[in-house]
Amino acid sequence: MSSVLLTDLTIFVLSLLVGIEVISKVPATLHTPLMSAANSIHGIVLVGAMLIAATANNPLGYILAFVAAFFAAMNVVGGYVVTGRMLKMFRRRAAPPAPEVTAPAAPDLTGAAPSEVTRSGEGVR
Amino acid sequence: MSAFGTVIQLVYLAAAACFVIGLHLMNTPATARKGNFVSGGGMVAAIVATLALIIHDGTVTATGWIVLLAGALLGAGAGLYSARTVQMTAMPQLVSIFNAVGGGAAALIAIHDYTRLAGTGGGVPESTTVTTLLDVIIGAVTFSGSLIAAGKLQGVIPSQPLVFPGSRQVNAVIAVVAIGMSGYLISTVSVAGLIVVIVASLAFGVTMVLPIGGADMPVVISLLNAFTGTAVAMAGFVIRNDALIIAGALVGASGGILTKLMADAMNRSLANIIVGGFGTGDSAAITAAAPGAGVRSIASDDAAIQLAYASKVIIVPGYGLAAAQAQHELAELARLLEERGVDVSYAIHPVAGRMPGHMNVLLAEANVPYPLLKEMEEINPEFPRADVALVVGANDVTNPAARRPGTAISGMPILDVDQAKSIIVIKRSMGTGYAGIDNELYADPKTSMYFADAKTALAELTSAVKAYVG
Repeated sequence: MSSVLLTDLTIFVLSLLVGIEVISKVPATLHTPLMSAANSIHGIVLVGAMLIAATANNPLGYILAFVAAFFAAMNVVGGYVVTGRMLKMFRRRAAPPAPEVTAPAAPDLTGAAPSEVTRSGEGVR
Repeated sequence: MSAFGTVIQLVYLAAAACFVIGLHLMNTPATARKGNFVSGGGMVAAIVATLALIIHDGTVTATGWIVLLAGALLGAGAGLYSARTVQMTAMPQLVSIFNAVGGGAAALIAIHDYTRLAGTGGGVPESTTVTTLLDVIIGAVTFSGSLIAAGKLQGVIPSQPLVFPGSRQVNAVIAVVAIGMSGYLISTVSVAGLIVVIVASLAFGVTMVLPIGGADMPVVISLLNAFTGTAVAMAGFVIRNDALIIAGALVGASGGILTKLMADAMNRSLANIIVGGFGTGDSAAITAAAPGAGVRSIASDDAAIQLAYASKVIIVPGYGLAAAQAQHELAELARLLEERGVDVSYAIHPVAGRMPGHMNVLLAEANVPYPLLKEMEEINPEFPRADVALVVGANDVTNPAARRPGTAISGMPILDVDQAKSIIVIKRSMGTGYAGIDNELYADPKTSMYFADAKTALAELTSAVKAYVG
């Protein structure tokens, strides 16, 4: 085994252990964003796609580099954006209810409107 | 190493540190957003450094620049569009697709490297060949397997296990072909041989995921996530890039941990899930069973009064809630109860939803504050103090039969719903859950069944609470 490979293997195993240590502490509440965040991190494969584009010099190489760049860029951009979108929704206290939250349910609720009024009236009292 | 090369390597190291710190910050919801920014910052730095590196080296041809930029821009656009528009209920599909493209890109890197070295006429070093083959196999299996998983989650491919006679033998043959050809390639350079490995691996990904049922998806997605990470790490070995190795290992660890947590939460071994079976998807046939003796049903008025005059209510949401897209109606009802001074919290089983933690995201989207979302170990001791446990679309994870040996779900960790003072179950029929067995909770004298679709039922309950006790 070459010393280069040995070094790489060392880095791999230690990173794996660091990963296990850090990720074991993530609460179940955040497991979906965690998986999505891990997803964005493997978007680092874009770096690999850029490096193979640098050595491509024939049609096959160009096709492989193009598809790899497409896949990797989709992975990295989509991953970070969707993780951010999810994490933004986690709030300690309920924000003022957004109008679209109640809107879809409204038509089925016959009689909901008058009681709504009574309820707010009580609040004033 | 030149000074320039050293700087690039240091940037990669900093990026790797950012990934670790970013993941570390995800240990509480309060710092998780910052974690995403730190991790994203590391990613931008690594990409900019690589850009500087390839400009500095000057080996990229004009066509190379065009394909790279066109690919990256189109890919970024596709990623941005899907991330912005995806529904939270469709999150598992999107994560699956990102797994697929990540694994696919990793495999392509190895394929490119191999064909380039083979094209130069020189040999491919043995150590490179092994990692190349591992990258190609894992990456290709992840690519096709994740696409099938996404198809199943989206409902494009039937979600019940698809098994045809002899499918296991076919699987075994494909695996033998891939491994045998890989063995041959270690000593011989052959692009045709590599193509055989690629095709066999893609086929294996398909035949591996097809027989796995929809309810096992949390495990499958986690496993494919671990595969993607490993494939990316292997790509790092192939092109000698430490950033890829470290990032890939981190993702591999994350996917591995989640796979284990999910399998434990279902009380099933990974092998058992991959091989298939258990319910085998025909449980739908039994769902016509009529309400049995001893099962009490309840009207919306009674249920509303019970909820409104309770002092503590625990809501138990399950996949049925997500399937009916009723999380907003549930949050609305809970807010109404809270305004009346009822102590409301949510009991989330680890496998509620279609991917790890999915239910939490759906409820967070419906504006439920995260401190109310309780994990199983945290909420179980609270059930005896709850006046009402409201079960919405959850089944097997509430079945007390799991505590006894000898049932299909024996030993599965469950929510202690039966210990609440009274229980209301919202459910469309007396149909069984994924495990295909009757839920003993429904026959409990404390339990009342509210037979309706989750969305309708919750809307009715909300208006009943408003009308009768408002």
